[in-house]
Amino acid sequence: MVDRQAMPLQDPEVRAKNFNEVALGYTDEMALAEASRCLECKNPKCVEGCPVNIDIPGFISCIKEEDFDGAIDTIKLTNMLPAVCGRVCPQEVQCELHCILAKKGEPVAIGRLERFCADYERKKGVTPPTRSESTGKTVAVIGAGPAGLTAAADLAKAGHSVTIFESLHDTGGVLTYGIPEFRLPKAIVKEEVEYIKQLGVDVKVDYVIGKIKTLDELRTEFDAVFLGTGAGLPKFMGIEGENLNGVYSANEFLTRVNLMKAYQFPDYGTPIKRGKKVVVVGGGNVAMDAARSALRLGADEVSVVYRRGEEELPARKEEVENAKEEGIVFRLLTNPTKILEGENMSVNGVECIRMELGEPDESGRRSPVAVEGSEHVVDADIVIIAIGTSPNPMIFSGSEGLETNKRGTIVVDDSGKTSIDNVYSGGDAVTGAATVISAMGAGKVAAQAINEYLSN
Amino acid sequence: MAYQIVEKKEIAPSVHMMKIQAPDVAKAAKAGQFIILRIDETSERVPLTIADFDAVEGTITIIFQEMGKTTKQLAKMSPSDALQDFVGPLGTPADVRELGTVILVGGGVGIAPVYPQVRAYREAGNKVISVIGARNESLLILEDEMEEASDELHVATDDGSKGHHGFVTDVVKGILDSGEKVARVVVIGPPILMKVAAGMLEPYGVETLVSLNPIMVDGTGMCGGCRVSIGGETKFACVDGPEFDAHKVDFNLLMSRLALYRDEESKCLDAHNHKCTCRGEN
Repeated sequence: MVDRQAMPLQDPEVRAKNFNEVALGYTDEMALAEASRCLECKNPKCVEGCPVNIDIPGFISCIKEEDFDGAIDTIKLTNMLPAVCGRVCPQEVQCELHCILAKKGEPVAIGRLERFCADYERKKGVTPPTRSESTGKTVAVIGAGPAGLTAAADLAKAGHSVTIFESLHDTGGVLTYGIPEFRLPKAIVKEEVEYIKQLGVDVKVDYVIGKIKTLDELRTEFDAVFLGTGAGLPKFMGIEGENLNGVYSANEFLTRVNLMKAYQFPDYGTPIKRGKKVVVVGGGNVAMDAARSALRLGADEVSVVYRRGEEELPARKEEVENAKEEGIVFRLLTNPTKILEGENMSVNGVECIRMELGEPDESGRRSPVAVEGSEHVVDADIVIIAIGTSPNPMIFSGSEGLETNKRGTIVVDDSGKTSIDNVYSGGDAVTGAATVISAMGAGKVAAQAINEYLSN
Repeated sequence: MAYQIVEKKEIAPSVHMMKIQAPDVAKAAKAGQFIILRIDETSERVPLTIADFDAVEGTITIIFQEMGKTTKQLAKMSPSDALQDFVGPLGTPADVRELGTVILVGGGVGIAPVYPQVRAYREAGNKVISVIGARNESLLILEDEMEEASDELHVATDDGSKGHHGFVTDVVKGILDSGEKVARVVVIGPPILMKVAAGMLEPYGVETLVSLNPIMVDGTGMCGGCRVSIGGETKFACVDGPEFDAHKVDFNLLMSRLALYRDEESKCLDAHNHKCTCRGEN
């Protein structure tokens, strides 16, 4: 058997200075070689690991026969965003984790093959989908992120008339404002959204539910509602100096860079502070995205400050490796205690303390404990707080009877149904910040439940 | 979808009034709320407080002063043009209730957001004393509208070209010292005016509200760029405000954060002016 095909990447020194996509994608030869590794198991475990249950051996067998059209058609039976998923899904903990080859060696690079198929179709020109016969039922979807787009696509395919309401001026949710261009080119997100529009989905941007209209109004106007409002509210640490000039939430920093294209300032009107020494607090994918963006904006040094160790970093291994290759410094087992003030209420360094790992906490991760007397100052003029987000409560004004829990997330049953009869939800609004694909999976589950509800 | 400009005029030197067709926003708008607009694909998102709204006509009125590149570009647009994005109404509406006598203070372009509040307080059954001020008479906006909407109108100009020679705060102080029983004072204007007013009013023990205008991106609580400190607690002006208790606001923080992009703004304006000259526009 051939080895797992490596993903061709832009050279680290070059890519650290541009916003172009880092991973270049497989060539046909690489895709064929990689596909040949799939054993096409009778009882494929990889499919169980996929939140949207793509027929993985099915599409890979098409690739083997060089039937790339058949491959993408197979993927699109259950996944409307293959070019996105092939790029940002954490395959190592999903499909690829369950690949039989992973038991003894390296799993089939399922994600890379998915991306290959999606890119093949994009290059060739996507065949517009056929529209389904109308059921006469209407569904409102709140939020044009991964959960909302997936639910909308499935509902439109079932023949319902779907309207998406999006508060920002562009669609995609976190795919557009959060994930940087170098990991997920925005042109790709746009094309995938275009495809969903071609299914007949009406998209209203600049439309804030909770302000223009309430959920109570929407659920009487439409037969059913899906809430895919995500987890867009940034968390701060609550330490001294967090309001100083030069302290950004990762949400703000990434929104300026990605949605508003501040990296092309002044051609684009939104400015961003380009720091010389940038400290990013947090160890997740968002922290990696913020750090690597800061580097591309021209910082001399970017460091990630994380209170646990390398093993505990919640970010994908691949992204941590990419970040390291580009020169991001990891200050592990370190926690900020205070942001220091310089001239004009701006940032002048971060006081940090060293941590050591104690007993495992309820999440199973060993909880970090501060080492007394180990305070030290890390040089910084920009600090980016990437310690997580929580659901935006804006949707809750005018939503009589919608049950939420104390973390501010929406309570649903297994089918995605909320405490209100014709209102469903899924994605980060229900789980708190998680992955693109799990939000898509939840969108699918809810779409099916809505479909059943509307058929009764 | 584009948002058509239906009316536009320069109401004072470099100060413009613009009426925009946005029926959904107009239907839901309340005094004290704001909108965010984007001129075109490359434009930044600009938050502006709603100066007037007409649910029947389906229009929102905004008033803005030419400051940076975007507002200068906006000033050049006319009723044949449309804005790419116009989102709102954002923020929590002003807390308008029947209180008795209320003083509403507007400084400079801050008169614009005060105007819908004057109407709302009046409709709620209050006696509304309005105090408006500007650097000089030519910069004084909405005088007739304010006169008509208020029970009493006082005018102040820094140079004495109209009304009281001095600041609006002097006029407010005069009213309070005259023994008028005032339940609340609302002040909207440049941060320095709001800061001075808050300081002046503190000893009177009168409830004082201000509307804050920090830098923001999305306006829905997502970025946290608009954080302000209220009584030592961090709040997001876009969702928790923009109206806050003046006596609790950390104005120094607000002013320093507003100056964050000063260098970038002038760079952007230079680039814009340069581009315009090169292309022989205007």
